[in-house]
Amino acid sequence: MLNHDILIVGGGLTGLRAAVGLCDRFNVGLISKVYPTRSHSIAAQGGINAALTNNPDSRDDSWEKHTYDTIKGSDFLADQDAVEIMCKEAIKIVYEMEHWGCPFSRFPDGTIAQRPFGGAGYPRTCYSADITGHVLLNTLYERAVAKGVKIYPEWFVAALCIEEDRCHGVVALDLTRGELIPVAADATFFGTGGYGRVYQHSTNALINTGGGIGMAYAAGAPLKDMEFVQFHPTSLIGTNILMTEGCRGEGGFLFNNQHERFMQRYVPSAMELAPRDIVSRCIQTEINEGRGFDHPLGKYIQLDIRHLGEKKILERLPGIRNICIDFIGIDPVLEPIPIMPCQHYSMGGIDVNERCASDIRGFYAGGECACVSVHGANRLGGNSLLDTIVFGKVASRTIAEDLPHLAPPDEKPLMRLKEEVEKKIRRLTEPGREKPYRIHADLGAVMNEKVGIFRTRGELEQALETVIGIKKRYRDVGVSSPARHMNYELTGALELEYMLEVSHTIILGALLREESRGAHFRTDFSTRNDRDWLKHTIARRGADGAPVISFKDVVITRYQPVERKY
Amino acid sequence: MIRESAYTFKILRYDAREPGNGPRFSSYRIRVIPGLTVLAVLLRIRDEIDGTLSFRSSCRSAVCGSCAMVINGKIDLACRTQVAAFDTDTIILEPLPNFEVIRDLVVDMTPFWRMYDKISPYLIRQSPDPEKEIPQSEAERARIDQYVNCILCACCYGACPVPSREADYIGPAAAAKLERFVLDSRDERPAGALEVVDDEKGVWACDTVFRCIDACPKDVRPTDAVVGLRKTLVKGRFKRLFPGGEK
Repeated sequence: MLNHDILIVGGGLTGLRAAVGLCDRFNVGLISKVYPTRSHSIAAQGGINAALTNNPDSRDDSWEKHTYDTIKGSDFLADQDAVEIMCKEAIKIVYEMEHWGCPFSRFPDGTIAQRPFGGAGYPRTCYSADITGHVLLNTLYERAVAKGVKIYPEWFVAALCIEEDRCHGVVALDLTRGELIPVAADATFFGTGGYGRVYQHSTNALINTGGGIGMAYAAGAPLKDMEFVQFHPTSLIGTNILMTEGCRGEGGFLFNNQHERFMQRYVPSAMELAPRDIVSRCIQTEINEGRGFDHPLGKYIQLDIRHLGEKKILERLPGIRNICIDFIGIDPVLEPIPIMPCQHYSMGGIDVNERCASDIRGFYAGGECACVSVHGANRLGGNSLLDTIVFGKVASRTIAEDLPHLAPPDEKPLMRLKEEVEKKIRRLTEPGREKPYRIHADLGAVMNEKVGIFRTRGELEQALETVIGIKKRYRDVGVSSPARHMNYELTGALELEYMLEVSHTIILGALLREESRGAHFRTDFSTRNDRDWLKHTIARRGADGAPVISFKDVVITRYQPVERKY
Repeated sequence: MIRESAYTFKILRYDAREPGNGPRFSSYRIRVIPGLTVLAVLLRIRDEIDGTLSFRSSCRSAVCGSCAMVINGKIDLACRTQVAAFDTDTIILEPLPNFEVIRDLVVDMTPFWRMYDKISPYLIRQSPDPEKEIPQSEAERARIDQYVNCILCACCYGACPVPSREADYIGPAAAAKLERFVLDSRDERPAGALEVVDDEKGVWACDTVFRCIDACPKDVRPTDAVVGLRKTLVKGRFKRLFPGGEK
């Protein structure tokens, strides 16, 4: 049994920031299923929002305006007190990251460069070319090394230990040694990322299974607003690799097969820089109405950045250019990029308050796996990197405050949980069973086809039925080898159970929410309905294993909901 | 219509837990569509044919650095290598050299990270932090550009001829990381901080045969860093020998 005051799960930006804020004063351990620099934070491209007013066009910007843009972008579902905390803190954490060495791109006057992003009134997205996540994650990992944070790389958390509303730690599999190890902690913090891989088409890394969200839920922690799934407008056709919003922020156009900048028919004031939910719906509508281009891998729309010129593309979007050349054989300096919308981000997640505390004593969460909620029904580009670092920092403060009041963890429930995981692994390694990839593929397909950009009751009911059926099939899933070291088929099968739970809550939330708000669009209820639905959905696992949904009020401070127009 | 082509994947298998079972090749015949990457095929093999096959992967877009390996004799990331890039229908995959194998294509990266930790891979400041950002010109930022791009995939370390004869060699990636900070206009590490690479296990061990540059999937040139660090070290020595001689 390992023991830490504070256990952090996740080596991305949120987990590292929390660890860096706590390791001087407490005995902190950080578990990550990959080396921290492989975490999905690395893939963020476009930037991080903060009202620094460095751009000549943003001299009048302020954290209050950033707050309002975020709330409006959220279609008024975000908790306004939490958004205020994030946008105010944004300025401090961007400077802090810079002081720690983050190599932001610069303006000629030596200040941090800022570019325009969707749904924002001012160019406030700080960036480093198109590798902003990469530089931020490296900087925080460097800081963690400088501070000597105790990291357990390539340890896979198999289950979260909650008994009687108290969290005692986790049971983890050391992937190198293949040993199952209970880890006891006074406080456990999850920064485990999103669930993109429950969808067949996602910009997310393969590791983004939502395992952390699913295991928290399975252990008894409630989830919030799971029906809100962000579909990014521009992913590369075929591989669905992200083509940053920065492409449009720098001036890129979207064209249909009539060579029309079709955004002018939908949102003439914002054009390509309307918020993501809106642009994704516009693209999908163009494709559905026959104005997409044909490709063996599907229908697409063109993202054209050629007019930016080679110099600007090489300077601001070099990573995008390399990805296009490596993965589809197209040089965007010379040809338009074939794109389609696909799953990108989880607005919903583990239900926590603006301090990152859950209802479970000793259990905290932040970043994409959590729902504070600062993104509400739709997240603005440039606000997710911000969320990860701000709430990693907030969590470190909260945990430091709470720790003296938390009872030490009990080892007995942890040992019981270890036995349960042992049993689960033994069951998964019995011979002659269904392979996990089939179940994963069927799940991805139904989420893609029936729980996508446009939703309707009939399809959601079908999806619900399918997922309940797949959950039954999961009982007979099995892997090829009982070896426990570097057995990715085994860890994948363990995560698959949690992916099914996550999907179940997404579908049920989407089915119940009979309105359209932000990224959740119901063709059978196509308008926002504040009278009945200006509230968060909370999903708890019921006694029969199905989610039970309840509701929570949205925190409104200064901004009364109005129609969201751009 | 997309036409599939048949490929044979020969993958070097080994499990350090079962040394008696010796390294051996497993062959998989698989039909794939053009445009598929080596990683995509590996995932299909593990999913559909042989669940015991072990390899690392994450971003599948050449940014996370998980899947470095030897592909038909060339070190690269599996995720950015197209199956159709070779004039053959046989693809041979081997683990990254200069590391101990844990299982199949998964190697023990501990020595790589130990060297990374050794060079103090973080910005060091003596001055107090300003209220806003530390100013940096566009030209100063551009000086560190290539080193900032490093994804720590260890392709360079696998390609380097030195580690096989000098196990404690600092290696190309750690040198590049150090130079990234030495060249950063904001960094204020004391001159003595470079001593850590100033010996036959440090930058003087490099053969300057540029294999790291060839192997880097992100166009980083670690040899530039090694040469740059050598120059800085030599300059420092002259300064100590002839104090005040250089202005």
